[in-house]
Amino acid sequence: MAKPEEIFPENVLKAIGGKAIKNKLSMVVLSGDLDKVMAAFIIATGAAASGMEVTMFFTFWGMKAIQKDGILTGKSLFGRMLGLMNRGGLKAIGPSRLNMGGMGRWMFKLMMKQKGVASLTELYDSAVELGIVMMPCQMSMDVMEYNPKTDFKPNVTEPVGVAKFLEEAAESRVTLFI
Amino acid sequence: MSDTVIKSIDLKGLLCPMPIVKMAKAIKEVNVGETLEAFATDPGVMADFPAWCRSTGNELVTLEKQDKQFHFVVRRSK
Repeated sequence: MAKPEEIFPENVLKAIGGKAIKNKLSMVVLSGDLDKVMAAFIIATGAAASGMEVTMFFTFWGMKAIQKDGILTGKSLFGRMLGLMNRGGLKAIGPSRLNMGGMGRWMFKLMMKQKGVASLTELYDSAVELGIVMMPCQMSMDVMEYNPKTDFKPNVTEPVGVAKFLEEAAESRVTLFI
Repeated sequence: MSDTVIKSIDLKGLLCPMPIVKMAKAIKEVNVGETLEAFATDPGVMADFPAWCRSTGNELVTLEKQDKQFHFVVRRSK
């Protein structure tokens, strides 16, 4: 079996070694579906409101949650096709099940509104107000052809890699993967 | 230390996580040692407010169900 030093670069090993644990939540948001992104923001805002420091790391489909509303991503032919078929932004994303070509999204949003559940946009604004740090993943951005200067909401940090997430996670009491 | 309620907030109609998000904001607007009261309708607050107080180190003075709403008083401890 390979040793850790053969798998991870030196800076990663350094980042995960011997740090004090803080009252902090670090979260990976891989999913870009309405229900899962909602769960991520509810837990994150709840944690921040309870006095925890919170870092959210958005990767792959999860980047749809921090994408500006109503824009198309991609540069190359495939990148633009992906951007077109995989519309992002908090207003565009649908539930992971029963979306039925957008009908499910409409229905869930209506039902949540009727019951007074905070919308994704409100949750996002609360997250910003509570000082939650939101980081996009550099590698997913490159693959899916996101432009960090134009495609993300203004409160998102510069793109980061796995070592940065591990540094955050290593000092966190709670870590989640959604 | 005074038991006089300094500030009252209305959390009625709000669902998880907004009661505690608003609470976290409101508690900063009273001084340490002062109390804040709130009214909510989400039954989830019966579990969430005691937990929020334990996590943040604030004191839950009262939490009671009144007819169709929940009334609670929190003292800012730090």
